[in-house]
Amino acid sequence: MAFMTKGDWYNSQAFWQNGPAPGAIYNFPGNTAQSESNGFQRSQAPITTGTSVLGLHYKDGVVIAADVLGSYGSLAKYRNCERLMKVNDNIILGAGGDFADFQYIKNIIEQKILEEECLDDGFSLKPKSLHCWLTRVMYNRRSKFDPFWNNFIIAGMDDDKPFMGTVDKLGTAYADPVITTGYGAYMATPLLRKAYEDNKEMTKEEALQHIHKSMQVLFYRDARSFPKYHVGIINKDGIEIKGPLTLESNWEVANM
Amino acid sequence: MAMLNEYSGRNLPDYEFEAVKKVHFSPYADNGGSVIALAGDDFCIIAGDTRLSSGFSIYTREQQKLFPLSNTTVLGCSGCWCDTLTLTRILSARMQMYKHEHHKEMSTPAAAQMLSTMLYYKRFFPYYVSNMLAGLDENGKGCVYSYDPIGHCERSNYRAGGSAGALLQPLLDNQVGYKNQEGVDPTPLSQERALSIIKDVFISAAERDIYTGDGISIKIITKDGVKNESFSLRKD
Amino acid sequence: MFRNQYDSDVTVWSPQGRLHQVEYAMEAVKLGSATLGLKNKTHAVLIALKRATSELSAYQKKIIPIDKHMGITISGLTADARMLSRYMRTECLNYKYSHDDVLPVSRLIAALGNKMQTCTQRYDRRPYGVGLLVAGYDDQGPHIYQTCPSANYFDCKAMAMGARSQSARTYLEKHLNEFANCELNELVKHGLRALLDTLPNEDALTIKNVSIAIVGKGTEFTILDETATADYLWDMEGEEERGRPTEPDVEQDNRPPQVPPPDEGPRDPIPAVAMDTE
Repeated sequence: MAFMTKGDWYNSQAFWQNGPAPGAIYNFPGNTAQSESNGFQRSQAPITTGTSVLGLHYKDGVVIAADVLGSYGSLAKYRNCERLMKVNDNIILGAGGDFADFQYIKNIIEQKILEEECLDDGFSLKPKSLHCWLTRVMYNRRSKFDPFWNNFIIAGMDDDKPFMGTVDKLGTAYADPVITTGYGAYMATPLLRKAYEDNKEMTKEEALQHIHKSMQVLFYRDARSFPKYHVGIINKDGIEIKGPLTLESNWEVANM
Repeated sequence: MAMLNEYSGRNLPDYEFEAVKKVHFSPYADNGGSVIALAGDDFCIIAGDTRLSSGFSIYTREQQKLFPLSNTTVLGCSGCWCDTLTLTRILSARMQMYKHEHHKEMSTPAAAQMLSTMLYYKRFFPYYVSNMLAGLDENGKGCVYSYDPIGHCERSNYRAGGSAGALLQPLLDNQVGYKNQEGVDPTPLSQERALSIIKDVFISAAERDIYTGDGISIKIITKDGVKNESFSLRKD
Repeated sequence: MFRNQYDSDVTVWSPQGRLHQVEYAMEAVKLGSATLGLKNKTHAVLIALKRATSELSAYQKKIIPIDKHMGITISGLTADARMLSRYMRTECLNYKYSHDDVLPVSRLIAALGNKMQTCTQRYDRRPYGVGLLVAGYDDQGPHIYQTCPSANYFDCKAMAMGARSQSARTYLEKHLNEFANCELNELVKHGLRALLDTLPNEDALTIKNVSIAIVGKGTEFTILDETATADYLWDMEGEEERGRPTEPDVEQDNRPPQVPPPDEGPRDPIPAVAMDTE
């Protein structure tokens, strides 16, 4: 009987008003008092998490990057989690925060893209549309007090122009040429903003260089980061997700 | 039975790990931003800063907070950005529905009333947004409507709202309303003066309020349509 | 009154494999006044002939805007068209709300087709008695679609429907190759000429009885006002009405007997019709 979780009781309709729900009959009338506590524990905290995602515009596209670590609290538990996702031929999605929530949303998006491909009408989802849709999804969940605990970066090409937008667990969304989430917001933003201000027409190689440098800085200071990361590059020729790339680091100063 | 109760609190002993901290979830965020609107006899000017922030982080320096609803109505929003996004999406859908049903654009006073109703509809889970609706009324006169998050609505001729609202309103009272002065002779607000007041006032706001800065975008609403202007503020 | 024993219900097949009720519904489209749509490489145009049911009444609207990128013109039961247009508007709004973009025309038409189809397969429904010409503009350019009460829909280069529309179709077919590359002004004029062909000799196109709508690259769907319509009609002035072929008998085949074509005088009240058709 242990397989019957509390959630099941609330999902099924009671036999009569204030009566037991199917399955909960064995505990009658015990559950009626419980159901008055109204609702079950919602996801109030992330469990397995990914850290920062970085994104930067360059001359004719966008690069985004995220490392491969799935942290379990302070434990570096999963060391090969890809957090970049190819959505279709012109969108990449990068995710930080709860990894399970990301996998769940990833599934839904894959289904959405599949359904669109089945229509076969020559239209494909635009990054702007995915950004808007994901914002709605995130906002709806936060309004149910049951948020998806993620920060997303959506990068892609919108009518041959680079696009990059982000959404957080509340549904706060914006688009910008430089976006960073998590600890990256504090440490990588200044580096990337400066790089972008200095040269808005930078090449792909330069952008990758800046991203690499930022990932390295983050690895030195963010205790939930990892020296292996994926980088996604998107331009009018399509999408490339490279990795895992390795960050070189020097910890000699750490020796006694 | 005992088993049921044991696990009903969703304690999963296998996964208990003290480092996984419970983080409190709040559905709201304060993303800052200020909006000011001034109404004249035949025009209305609304301006909002372009900084979107959260705490000490600046999300972006180029976020439009003014939303044109029709040719004579512009909404300015500040506060919780996710609520702003949702509210304005619903509003623009409602504007389109009105246009289809009534074969005309919604007037500014009508939009003002609708916004009030929409905010009050969420009385017990409000949109945490400070709204400012600027436009021309049926007689072509400038009007400004300001709101609290749960739909209280008031029409006025000048208003400051958002993170620097409390800082700026007294300044507007003085400069636009000619309040708290002796021996002044109130002259009707001209468009040029309104524009320069707005710029001055935002420069002052950027000095004192960390949630206001980077730049402002201005929309000047006249019977000929909406004209856009922008202006830089300090970026720190 | 039954015209034969197999038309009592939409779900009843005739031994010839036909659904008579659906075919009757198709006839409703022919009761409405003529309307047409055509497109070039950048724009789609709808032109409709409006009629007033009596001297006392206003001219009925024939063109309904759906969204900024799309509109329809109708022929058949106006009331049914209202339901369909409401559905289309809602779909467009929902898509815009969740995707911040306009709904691709082909997707809306497919969804509409599915909605209309259910009415042709259930005993507790009746088919929609209206035909639509949809003009829209999306990333794939301008579109003209035709939908029928039978829930068929067609992607068209140009199409006309409604009373006496065969003459307009003849015109459109004849000039089909000119449309793609012509200017917008020229396109509208082609449409007006085609519409003129549907009129009886003694009638003319006026700003009162013509409705023009344009959508295209950089142009939101707009129904032209009387001044803009007048400009086009001025251009038309003096143009000889084409040698108008008499409308061929559409019922040459062995279809069930049809409702007699209504009197074409645009202002004559239509007797004994349960619902208004426009």
